[in-house]
Amino acid sequence: MKLRAVAHSRSGDKGTIINVSLIVFDPRHYPFIVRHVTAERVKAHFAGLATGEVLRYELPRIGALNFVVHGITGGGVTRTLALDAHGKSLSSALLEMEVDEPLLADDQESVDLSRGRSTDSQEGP
Amino acid sequence: MKTVRIGCGAGFAGDRIDAAVVLAARGELDYLVFECLAERTIALAQQAKVRDPHLGYDPLLATRMEAVLPLCRERGTTIVTNMGAANPSAAAVVVKNIARQMGLQGLTIAAVTGDDVRSAVDGRDFTINETNQPVASLGDSLVSANAYIGAEGIRHALELGADVVIAGRAADPSLFVAPLSYELGWSLDAWNEVARATLVGHLLECAGQVTGGYFADPGYKEVAGLDDLGFPFAEVSERGPVVITKVAGTGGHVTPATCKEQLLYEIHDPAAYFTPDTVANFSQVSIEPAGTDRVHADGATGKPRPASLKVSLAYRDGFVGEGQISYAGGGAEHRARLAADIVVRRLARLGVDTQEIRCDIIGVNALHGSGLSKRDCQPYEVRLRVAARTRSLGAAQAVANEVESLYTNGPAGGGGAARTTREVLALASTFIPRELVRCDVHTVVA
Repeated sequence: MKLRAVAHSRSGDKGTIINVSLIVFDPRHYPFIVRHVTAERVKAHFAGLATGEVLRYELPRIGALNFVVHGITGGGVTRTLALDAHGKSLSSALLEMEVDEPLLADDQESVDLSRGRSTDSQEGP
Repeated sequence: MKTVRIGCGAGFAGDRIDAAVVLAARGELDYLVFECLAERTIALAQQAKVRDPHLGYDPLLATRMEAVLPLCRERGTTIVTNMGAANPSAAAVVVKNIARQMGLQGLTIAAVTGDDVRSAVDGRDFTINETNQPVASLGDSLVSANAYIGAEGIRHALELGADVVIAGRAADPSLFVAPLSYELGWSLDAWNEVARATLVGHLLECAGQVTGGYFADPGYKEVAGLDDLGFPFAEVSERGPVVITKVAGTGGHVTPATCKEQLLYEIHDPAAYFTPDTVANFSQVSIEPAGTDRVHADGATGKPRPASLKVSLAYRDGFVGEGQISYAGGGAEHRARLAADIVVRRLARLGVDTQEIRCDIIGVNALHGSGLSKRDCQPYEVRLRVAARTRSLGAAQAVANEVESLYTNGPAGGGGAARTTREVLALASTFIPRELVRCDVHTVVA
């Protein structure tokens, strides 16, 4: 299963450093991404795109992780010859990461992916 | 309890103007902010000002102002913007003249200056953050040095009664912190209140990015009406959560998910978001639904503002030459790879001075439409892109030439060649003690 089934993401740049957020659709999946989407895994996932360290920040109140990726190859937005100089499409790359099917933290049922994909969070968690 | 309604009518220099007009007309706003400045934008503006001292402000300033000034005047909405770019004073005169032409006599326009720290940086011993080299090592290639200034100057302009406030490199959230602190009577050293206002600014500053723009992913995250995306505004009171919303009847949507994505956009440590006004802690922020297209955000706290201001440095750093050409059908990718190999060998053979060459292969259905493109070739079409960084414009042109000349000298069936060359404006940063940056405000009346 890809991360895309349970979470969404946005990336932004500040020079040679790019941040990539990872936000669960269903707050019950937050412990799952905390456990499985470690800074080390993200660093390995982006191997070839970034050579520096990856820092991870946890935001349990909104069910999100924030990855800060250092050492983007090509010198970052100011020098890179890359088509996406800002690295804005890295969010989509993170969501391609393969993970095991998550178990819900509270009732141990496997996740209902059709619900996980819903964006209409007007009703709240 | 007093509530301030503050909207964002642009998230970058080229943003949609019609959406800002809808917001100005129907948002019942106290303030309308236009955030139009990126690091590179101000460097380009600085170059424009060098060529003509009357220029150096946002190229769309007049178009934007003509579109919203009468509406804002009629509704009592104050405009705050960084469209002054490298020349806020000249921008203020432009807006004054537009106001007069549109019969808006008496409109007060304020220019906030002081972010241009080129002269303060020259001859002092500052270090470039990214390279640890002295700023002086950039020499004549330095194009601009602009400090990210905070809310103070803009707030002073509001205290002077300005209807339109035009700044240069004010930090994006500061465009919101100034009016919110002014209206709600918050001191600029009330750090938690400043952090709340910074949260509002951060959520709104990219305009459509919090109302469903930059969010849609068909099958996973659906957003209706992106061709008519509504721009956001916030309702901010002295206490309690802030409301993020948009004009009813416009496209897009405001949900906890859109707000969460924007909360973390361009944030590193969420517990220490450095701005000129505070070090904000967003790590405990809650984002909760509060009705259709209404979201509550709460829980930002702040620490004292940093002693130094970040300075964005732009410098000339050579050129980039680029060429593209497409190949289709069986073997398309092989031919593109052959073409790339030919270009790289040609550049070496001719002794073209390149610092770095990059070859990419792109494509889905540009050449022959959706029918043929579905044929079972993997892939049916590709587009070769060769880009190289060079020290001279001539070398950059040579790179583009070598891609174009694949027409008659390269693999079979190459089509649609294109070429560009550009000068590279590279960016770096340094820090400057706050006391070396002096903001001034002056007003003109239409």
